[in-house]
Amino acid sequence: MKVKKPPLLDIRNLFVKLPAGAERSHAAEDLNFTLEENEILCVVGESGSGKSITALAVMGLLPAPHVRVESGDILFNGENLTRASAERLRKVRGGEISMIFQDPMTALNPVLTVGKQIDEVIRIHATLQRGQRRDRALQLIGDVQLPNPDRIINSYPHELSGGQRQRAMIAMALAMEPKILIADEPTTALDVTTQAQILQLIKHLQKSHNTGVLFITHDFGVVADIADRVVVMQHGRMVEINAANEVLNNPRHAYTKSLIRSVPGLTPRKARPISGRQELKVSNLTKIYRSGGGLLGFSGREHVLHATDSVCLTLHHGETLGVVGESGSGKSTLARCIVRLINADAGQILYQGTDLRPLNRAAMRPYRAKIQMVFQDPYASLNPRKKVGHIIADGPVSLGATQLDAEKKASEMLELVGLDVRAFERYPHEFSGGQRQRIGIARALTLEPEILVADEPVSALDVSIQAQILRLLADIRDRLQLSMIFITHDLRVASQVCDRIAVMRLGKVEEEGATADLFANATHPYTRELLDAVPGRDWRPPEQ
Amino acid sequence: MAFWRLFRRNRSAVFGLAILVAVLVLAATASMLFPGDPFKLAGQPMSAPGTNGFLLGSDTLGRDVASGIAHGAQTSLLIGALATVVAVMLGVVFGGLAGYYGGWIDDVLMRVTEVFQTIPSFLFAILIVAIIKPSISSIVIAIAVVSWPAVARLVRGEYISLRHREFVQACHITGMSDARIMLREILPNCLSPIIVAGSLMVATAILIESGLSFLGLGDPNIISWGFQIGAGRTVLRSAWWVCTFPGVAILLTVLAINLVGEGLNDALNPRLRERS
Repeated sequence: MKVKKPPLLDIRNLFVKLPAGAERSHAAEDLNFTLEENEILCVVGESGSGKSITALAVMGLLPAPHVRVESGDILFNGENLTRASAERLRKVRGGEISMIFQDPMTALNPVLTVGKQIDEVIRIHATLQRGQRRDRALQLIGDVQLPNPDRIINSYPHELSGGQRQRAMIAMALAMEPKILIADEPTTALDVTTQAQILQLIKHLQKSHNTGVLFITHDFGVVADIADRVVVMQHGRMVEINAANEVLNNPRHAYTKSLIRSVPGLTPRKARPISGRQELKVSNLTKIYRSGGGLLGFSGREHVLHATDSVCLTLHHGETLGVVGESGSGKSTLARCIVRLINADAGQILYQGTDLRPLNRAAMRPYRAKIQMVFQDPYASLNPRKKVGHIIADGPVSLGATQLDAEKKASEMLELVGLDVRAFERYPHEFSGGQRQRIGIARALTLEPEILVADEPVSALDVSIQAQILRLLADIRDRLQLSMIFITHDLRVASQVCDRIAVMRLGKVEEEGATADLFANATHPYTRELLDAVPGRDWRPPEQ
Repeated sequence: MAFWRLFRRNRSAVFGLAILVAVLVLAATASMLFPGDPFKLAGQPMSAPGTNGFLLGSDTLGRDVASGIAHGAQTSLLIGALATVVAVMLGVVFGGLAGYYGGWIDDVLMRVTEVFQTIPSFLFAILIVAIIKPSISSIVIAIAVVSWPAVARLVRGEYISLRHREFVQACHITGMSDARIMLREILPNCLSPIIVAGSLMVATAILIESGLSFLGLGDPNIISWGFQIGAGRTVLRSAWWVCTFPGVAILLTVLAINLVGEGLNDALNPRLRERS
């Protein structure tokens, strides 16, 4: 009689306990799923849904004694890992189950070469001669399609780019041909074009090695690209498990539906009539960073970087201009030059005909209120030691309003962004990420700006919150007749908010055009490359 | 009260706090417990503890050691606290300006700080007191001058890490003045390490003060623990109590302050909270 082979990984009734005083009692509750050979299972959820904890539980890496498996089984080829000895787990980890992490910079040891780190894995799990290990390492580096393995093997992590580092991590993880690869948001820290390559690599290696991949992500686009099956998690519970196709196009659970509804589509929104009045004109803006050189030139050759290189942009009244680019493209530098946080080296910033660039602090003061900024990180952008009301009211006060007027205005703004007036007396840490971003927007709006510069305002937020904040921004822009410069790396988001889009690379604007136009017939090869790299570009979220 | 709960978790810090409170009470009630000048000759010289009405004995000139310790507590604590306040203020101003502005301002201020740091601090303190006349204020100045560079370094580091935070940039965009950003926005965010460093500095200041008085560089009109030890140094073998009790007072006070400082560090530094 033929016995049916047990699944590669079988998680049964898994409960992971959180320490007393945590937000909820369990990080994971009653998880039940299997991972088969040669399959990519995506675990999707928003932050705090327990998806990373699940991965750590499988690896036996939970931060004990605070967080531990309370009950349930994790069966790996029939062997219960929750009861395995520490010795056995050490064998399994890196050998039979291996893991890649979100940030390859912190996951790699900065003082060891890539070769050494791959070598370490092989040395621990196998008895091979030095030369054989080196050959194996070279082969692995070749497998993950890193150029010039002989050079890479002797490189330190900081000498590689983000994508190359992640490839090196993958080489390490695959060194012992594991049966299971756990990938915890492996592409979240990478640029879209790099992300597309890494996803392809993972898929390719998984196919050729018959590996089971447990892929953790928050991005439905990524799911659409690589998943065979999907587990959707919410607050530590599994709400849906099904084939990828089903989950993406025919979600059953209300939560999955709402998540998928929040994913911005790639179809550009309808064009709006835009007035021809110029609000802001940036021409030939250049910002140069110099490093090295040092005092009297002792520290070697000077390194010159054009963060923005002769950038020309025009913002019309009531329009949202998207600035899209990958990390290092100079889009944030551009934003900071426009709000005069950074002094540009050359060019003009014409606000209604006045050039703001050469203005000194005092001369800039009257224009401060006109151009305001919303920041990326809702946790870093609010002073943790000040009450929310004061954070918002400080702006008008420093521009000469009385304390009373400023506070009245601040309360109004809190209401405008959809927060309770009682928020006034509370501290930032009492609010969630999305609420904090609303506070940040209220702060910018109290000064009654005409131009709002938003630097990646939603990239630190979960999709459902992201959708709310984008709606709020659009609503405010229309109600207050604002013009907006919207900086983002996410073409999905850009397609939903922007009237026009400028694509930046290496400090230069490569292409600019109306959103729909740009999406339909981009002429510049880089724009095409960006568009092609958007995860899940072939998947259209179902209309609901 | 949340703070007290965190502080209480460190047992030795509570113990230190108890000693410190006891020393404070002793200093506050010195003139009630031991009325009159601690320099006055109170009876038989070289009386052992418990004899001739001396609780802790008397010194070579017949001065009451216990009275000296009580009044000396005032001196030690006063100088320790004052010197620390002055040093912290100097350090915050130097470190804050250097860290906030960076560039050549940072270079100049830090080179100045390094000049002070390269001179051995106790010798430097002796030198300063020797140049100015020994008095309470000159001792405070001397201790502050040798102590502030550490604070300046600390504050500079905090300012550098905070000045590019987005909440600070947001203040720039609203046109807030530099002074206001430095004092109202950044400073409250680096108070915890400053308080911890300051509390530990009080202990060092008391040690330096004792050392100076021991060498006879203290204010001649004011009793202090270091002076008592200095006075009893020659009779250490025949009248051990003259040196020993002030020595124990210094030991306990410095220990107590260090324990309290450690406790403050644990309570104020959230990253260490989980350590226990």
